[in-house]
Amino acid sequence: MNNFSYTRATDITSAVNEASREATAKFIAGGTNLIDLMKENVARPTRLIDINRVPLNRIEETKDGGLRLGALVTNADTAYNDQVEKRYPLLSRAILSGASAQLRNMATDGGNLLQRTRCYYFYDVATPCNKREPGTGCSAIEGFNRMHAVLGTSDQCIAVHPSDMCVALAALEAVVRVTGKNGDRAIPFSDFHRLPGDTPQIDTNLEADEIITSIDLPPKGFADHHAYLKVRDRHSYAFALVSVAAALEMDGNKIKGTRLALGGVAHKPWRSKEAEELLNGKAANSDNFQAVAETVMHGAKGFGHNTFKIDLAKRAIVRALKHAAQMEAPR
Amino acid sequence: MTTNYIGQPISRVDGRAKVTGQAKYAGEYNVPNLAYGVVVSSAIAKGRIAEIDASAALGLKGVLQVFTHKNAPPTAKSDQSYWDEVAVPGSPFRPFKDDKLLFSGQPIALVVAESFELARYAASLVQVEYEPEAHATDLNQQRDKAYKPKPREGVAPPPPPRGNPDKAFANSAVQIDAEYSVPAEHHNPMEPFATTVIWEADGRLTVYDKTQGTPNSHQYVCNVFGLSPDDVHLLSPYVGGGFGSGLRPKYQLFLAVMAARGLKRSVRVTLTRQQMFTIGHRPRTLQRVALGAAKDGKLEALIHEALAETSQFEEYSEPVVQWSGELYKCENVKLDHALANLDINTPVDMRAPGATWGLYALESAMDELAYKLNMDPLELRLKNYAEKDFSNNKPFSSKELKECFRQGAERFGWSKRTPEPRSMRDGGKLVGWGLATGIWETTQLPAGAKAVLTAEGKLTVGSATADIGTGTYTIMTQIAAESLGLPIEDVTFTLGDSTLPRAPVEGGSFTAASVGSAVKQVCDKIREKLVTVAKAMPKSPLANAKSEEIAFADGRMMLTSGPSRYVSIKEVMRHGGLSSIAETADSTPDFEKQSKYSIHPHSAIFAEVKVDEDLGTIDVLRVVSAIAGGRILNPKTARSQIMGGIVWGIGMALEEESVIDQKFGRFMNHNLAEYHVPVNADVQNIDVIFVEEHDSIVNPLGIKGLGEIGIVGTGAAIGNAIFHATGVRVRDLPITLDKVFAGAAAARPVKLAPAA
Ligand SMILES: Cc1cc2nc3c(=O)[nH]c(=O)nc-3n(C[C@H](O)[C@H](O)[C@H](O)COP(=O)(O)OP(=O)(O)OC[C@H]3O[C@@H](n4cnc5c(N)ncnc54)[C@H](O)[C@@H]3O)c2cc1C
Ligand code: SF4
Repeated sequence: MNNFSYTRATDITSAVNEASREATAKFIAGGTNLIDLMKENVARPTRLIDINRVPLNRIEETKDGGLRLGALVTNADTAYNDQVEKRYPLLSRAILSGASAQLRNMATDGGNLLQRTRCYYFYDVATPCNKREPGTGCSAIEGFNRMHAVLGTSDQCIAVHPSDMCVALAALEAVVRVTGKNGDRAIPFSDFHRLPGDTPQIDTNLEADEIITSIDLPPKGFADHHAYLKVRDRHSYAFALVSVAAALEMDGNKIKGTRLALGGVAHKPWRSKEAEELLNGKAANSDNFQAVAETVMHGAKGFGHNTFKIDLAKRAIVRALKHAAQMEAPR
Repeated sequence: MTTNYIGQPISRVDGRAKVTGQAKYAGEYNVPNLAYGVVVSSAIAKGRIAEIDASAALGLKGVLQVFTHKNAPPTAKSDQSYWDEVAVPGSPFRPFKDDKLLFSGQPIALVVAESFELARYAASLVQVEYEPEAHATDLNQQRDKAYKPKPREGVAPPPPPRGNPDKAFANSAVQIDAEYSVPAEHHNPMEPFATTVIWEADGRLTVYDKTQGTPNSHQYVCNVFGLSPDDVHLLSPYVGGGFGSGLRPKYQLFLAVMAARGLKRSVRVTLTRQQMFTIGHRPRTLQRVALGAAKDGKLEALIHEALAETSQFEEYSEPVVQWSGELYKCENVKLDHALANLDINTPVDMRAPGATWGLYALESAMDELAYKLNMDPLELRLKNYAEKDFSNNKPFSSKELKECFRQGAERFGWSKRTPEPRSMRDGGKLVGWGLATGIWETTQLPAGAKAVLTAEGKLTVGSATADIGTGTYTIMTQIAAESLGLPIEDVTFTLGDSTLPRAPVEGGSFTAASVGSAVKQVCDKIREKLVTVAKAMPKSPLANAKSEEIAFADGRMMLTSGPSRYVSIKEVMRHGGLSSIAETADSTPDFEKQSKYSIHPHSAIFAEVKVDEDLGTIDVLRVVSAIAGGRILNPKTARSQIMGGIVWGIGMALEEESVIDQKFGRFMNHNLAEYHVPVNADVQNIDVIFVEEHDSIVNPLGIKGLGEIGIVGTGAAIGNAIFHATGVRVRDLPITLDKVFAGAAAARPVKLAPAA
């Protein structure tokens, strides 16, 4: 672990000012990811800016009828929030399928978006890794890659984004609100995380001096027809091999709108608009769902240990869509 | 009588101390002026250290020293000095011996600083230049280099072949010939290895070490550093899990003592979780099992061959195949165990070493045979039941395995099983029932104990054994309290201290039998003293009684025939003018009596799984394990032991694997997020049955030991249940979902052979 100094910010402005003054500073929220990375010497911030006192810990309604999740609300408080449970059960389920109760009590919503990959090599400074040390090479491509991506990979990095929450947020088309030295921005969820390309060291489109202030959920919550399916190596407390967030708008057995996002398969929560559109106006049945699965996974590429994910993801997509379609409206 | 504690479900006497945090572990002793050592580990598996540049680390204020092979203070030169009680043939690993790198993660520097944080930071600044050489870490690639290992003390090599196994196999009507692969696994106790060395004013050392044997670590320190036994006091009162990982001294002990002596200061060294993957493991093992049977299921040939990995410097072998010769009746048997050297650290015993792997393969093959024979797997086992140990041509001292099968099958409802694979369903999911057998060894070793009874009737008994979570504190307290008829609150048992009478390392399930016998013996000595005094008391009710006619209970001594007449132990002490009675005892097993018998605990395990064939996910719904393990001293701690073994069996079957990256020769999933062990959600119904088993041969208390038998066979029972559910036979552990769903898609369901 590096030596670092520590500052406590109490409002957004001071947090941003601190961050823009020192390029190698980092915000710390729940610390459940950052501290681990510091202990393994993977993250070496020179300053920690503690943002836990910044008043961003509320869940409130937005003007357009959506819901605003303050960046510092914990994952647990989000999942168990009345409004979230009632209107966005998909999000609640996704969060509760992740980590453990203890971690969810500490982890914040902003931090969840910015958690880093769990790639074995990324975590072990004795091995080359382009994400950790650009230019050193990717050890996973020809190494042990059971957890790695099959979509949107590059020859520089095949890591996955490990979050469950983000898969649901992608399906719900949340908006990430941020504040930086140059003012406020609203980033659509699909533009928040990036693919690795030639710069795998950069996970997101957030600037170093920008702080996430909230995650805004649009009014549409798909409470009537949704499913979050997480397939993993044990029944709890494991990251997804493949996860699927499915949300449908239905008219009888007919599908009027589809949202589908995948976790565990790419460097960001994966969506395929093309595949989603396939279902418009179609009946909810296995054949149609299978066609969606094939389209989503078209062009997927395995690297040996993880090749099974291509087939597994298709099965998981079909299963999740079936769950979503057959679901009764919550009471 | 209220002081009859043996056989009672007494709660752990150390439980309160543990849950309230009063129990201190090796890395938790704080003393003034303590310095902190952090280990720098090798990034490569083989080669040499060309250069270590510690200048940046040394340049930090508060960094006291960076020890490496270049400046390490001299220690003993000969290999013998590094041998410990559990050493295997070869040259033990010696930290900082020279510039040679023998395995990835090998300790190559120790940074010692005024604070832990500083030491950790400084360690990250140490620059190492390597001269790598090509390494070999894949057992599968080294099959042609297999050799027969030198025999290891306490581990009998496989017996010579019996009959004509190859021919008998070739002529058998029904044959199974299959290879099973099991991965490397790490023990991963919750508590990492740690040593705190306290530099006393007179230069002597008080050492708190995480170990499964204080005498073993104590002797190691004395031998390696040339110290006299009195110069070192080594303690390990609480151990946060061992599972075998702490049988041999670990390198942090060497490093902490070296640094303390070098700096003349108290030093602590604690390993990181990542480093817990560099201290030895359960070896990856490849096994072939060939079974030949007649149409009626009678075994005609049994061939079991194993190839396991070891390091380049030691020949670690474990009993993988020997069980196959002891468990079944078969005239033609060939057993073989070979090793190949890899550039890895030496493997270490891990809960039921050898048997865990061997019984997985044997009991999976037996299941495969049952399907080929179209025979119930339970019937096949009963058909070939061994009434004696054919391998060693000895009777069993006791063997209630048949009763295990009977009670286990009944509790499980085995008779309701439909034999065809894929024939049982629940909703859209496949259900499977499988069973397997377990066998383990019972050993008793010499052990010592001492005891002091005070005038107030308080008893303290001590032995340098360990309690690695097994319940040693509790059962020894029970034995002592019952022996002298004292209330359990008045009895204290101490352990984990090198100044106490010597005991073996805690392993091999032999602690209850070995130390329990010593405790019984030392208490019996005190009994005799009390009897002598009591008989001489005026108007003593015991005046004319023989020793065996006197009972001890409820703090009193009385006639077994007339318990209404008694004297209290306190009265006896007062009368004798005794402030205390102190005794020591050395218990030696009756080797001669024992050697005429084959002594084993057995088990029958029944498992139910539910498989989602589409996704490959597996639920272990139920495990029923029926154990024949001799006398049960404490059903509560005993059940915990077996449950722990079963949970581990679930992990072994479905989750555990230390994955090595062959390019780097390095275990890559070296943290508890990616090295999967079962979590609560993976564990559903566990049912433990203790079958009554009396054994007068094994030891006077009739104890067989329960630390390991719970895991043996459990993995096979689960694998067999998965086959029954899906028709897919996975022969390489762990059975992860990709193996099940991929296989399920590819494999046609196995049809039973038409009934003969
Ligand atoms: C063993 C384990 C298992 C886990 N399993 C799962 C799982 O199954 N599924 C899952 O989804 N997650 C899982 N997690 C990850 C967990 O969800 C994340 O660690 C957590 O959400 C991170 O939140 P935090 O507040 O602790 O972030 P921190 O660790 O405090 O920060 C993470 C990053 O975000 C930055 N940051 C935090 N807040 C802000 C902000 N408001 N603005 C700008 N930057 C910010 C920090 O600078 C840092 O770079 C697991 C974690 C562990 C340790
Ligand atoms: S996949 Fe990405 S994170 Fe993993 S080793 Fe390759 S570059 Fe590093």
